Amino acid sequence: MSTDGATMLTETGADAATVIRLENITKRFGAITAVNDISLNLKENEFFALLGPSGCGKTTLLRMIAGFESLNEGRILLDGKDIAPLRPNRRPINLMFQSFALFPHMSVRANVSYGLEMEGVRGSELKSRVDRILETTQLTEYASRKPDQLSGGQRQRVALARALVKEPRVLLLDEPLAALDKKLREHMQLELKRLQHEVGITFVVVTHDQEEALVMADRIALMRDGEVKQCASPAELYEHPNSRFVADFIGVMNFLDGEVSVEGVVVQGLGVLTGRSNGDTRTGDRACLAVRPERLTVAPSSAERLIHDNVLDGTLTDIAYHGQDIGLHIAVGDAGQVLISRLSAAAEGAADFKVGDTVQVGWQTQNALILPDDSKT
Amino acid sequence: MSARIPRRRDPAKLFLGGHLWLVYTFLYVPILVLMALSFNDLGLPTAWGGVSLKWYGELAQNDAVLRAALNTVIVAVVSTILATLLGTLLAFGVERRQRRNNTMEALLFAPMIIPDIVLAIALLSFFTALNFTLGLHSIIMSHVVFNIAFVCAVVRTRLRNFDFSIVEASIDLGAGEVTTFRRVTLPAIFPGVLAGGLLAFTLSVDEFIIAYFTAGAGQGSTTLPMQIYSMIRFGVTPEINAMATIVMLVSFTLVFISQRIDRKAISQ
Repeated sequence: MSTDGATMLTETGADAATVIRLENITKRFGAITAVNDISLNLKENEFFALLGPSGCGKTTLLRMIAGFESLNEGRILLDGKDIAPLRPNRRPINLMFQSFALFPHMSVRANVSYGLEMEGVRGSELKSRVDRILETTQLTEYASRKPDQLSGGQRQRVALARALVKEPRVLLLDEPLAALDKKLREHMQLELKRLQHEVGITFVVVTHDQEEALVMADRIALMRDGEVKQCASPAELYEHPNSRFVADFIGVMNFLDGEVSVEGVVVQGLGVLTGRSNGDTRTGDRACLAVRPERLTVAPSSAERLIHDNVLDGTLTDIAYHGQDIGLHIAVGDAGQVLISRLSAAAEGAADFKVGDTVQVGWQTQNALILPDDSKT
Repeated sequence: MSARIPRRRDPAKLFLGGHLWLVYTFLYVPILVLMALSFNDLGLPTAWGGVSLKWYGELAQNDAVLRAALNTVIVAVVSTILATLLGTLLAFGVERRQRRNNTMEALLFAPMIIPDIVLAIALLSFFTALNFTLGLHSIIMSHVVFNIAFVCAVVRTRLRNFDFSIVEASIDLGAGEVTTFRRVTLPAIFPGVLAGGLLAFTLSVDEFIIAYFTAGAGQGSTTLPMQIYSMIRFGVTPEINAMATIVMLVSFTLVFISQRIDRKAISQ
């Protein structure tokens, strides 16, 4: 299975499971290129996330699919057909706005009915379809309320119901959870996922929150500066990032900068360290060794020497208490490199670490990655 | 340390309170006197002859006054409709502009600030230069000029809290431009438009200077304030008191309603 669906297609509609296909999309605003030559395949019944820092072009991409932005180059195919000539109100695609954009003067029921009325649905069919979606989104008892009489979470569900009732081919969601507080956001992440399974519609969600994308999405396209840096499943993205940017953006990662050698990466003051290479780096390149905190083993210097492929000596400079686990900040080498390790607060000996302790830290070759250095200077 | 602060009347507060009452007295006592006199059976400012609606009756018999009242209603209604339409459109245009221009913003407010007399002379010169026949229509046009600015200002306060994404949401849900305006945009900003329109109507009803300058010769285009002015030259008659009372009640009611609507709109 290719990590990027777009590469495995040759002709339009070749893949039956593809709903929307983006072909070499480019969008420029004056001198700024917001979206640069992006190709992606969005599949049937998939929860897809466009993830990236603000200004990476993810919202622009979403608005182009919805029809609110024009394309400078490229094509958008829906079920194999170019949708460029279709105005946004003629596309079987709906967008859930970041602000929810509920009609303030209409009741919940009127908000939800609006889209169907525009299609010419009337009478008992209108009523039954609206009733059904209100039930799915648990809004039945609020049907006669106005948006300003609802909580943030309820408003979000109205926005969802209003878009879903039209049974679009694809539902686009622009930062759907950004307006909610943290507790509710975590709850709604799972709720959105459940809803997507229930209605069987392709969801494309735009978010800047990597955790949100990891929890909800089947596939994630991580974007920067108008380009897709990597498109893969959450696990693939976390375990096999293809660049320093991706590794840094997803989760927490330790980086040790150095130069690629035959055996591994030569890091100043620490010698040769080993990790997996994905083949993108050649001997002599600037690169970094990346290792996740949970892949590091830490032991007191007084204990038996670790038997890992890489073992470094260091000093504990900080201990961060997170509740369920503990973050250990370990200074290694003379160049001031710091490795962060995480261990469960319940782990044996976890409570014995003190700031200033000399410790040894180790990892296996297969648990570290050698990545090309694409960080911005 | 818990220091007990002795309760004492603050002299500054006392002074300001007294000042406030003086201002209200100065503003409203003359109006109350006028209203009372309009019900005075004797019609004299010096002696009270009991409550009577006699002067209101006389007013109803006065053809010139009725004619002027009708003119005023025509001018106010037509100029309000035009100013509300144009002012609302203007507000949309200004609020949706990407780049703000301070000079342009200031020029929008100018008709509200320019002294009426200056605007009146300017309009008269303008109409004369064009060889435009003066009459009710020229008063209407002149009232539209300054009322656009007021309507625009009121609607803009409403638009500032307006989430333009609901327009896109409506289109996204399948509506066309016209349906979107009729069913989403207009209802959402309607309180602001209504408040602006009511304000324009009130301003038009009691506007004197500009109407006086742009009405042209002849009785045909005399408005109520002009009629009152011409009657007053022979002294304040009880009829005028009655008419002033009616005009004032209408104005007050409209201002009150427009403020209520506006406040409700903003608090939403």
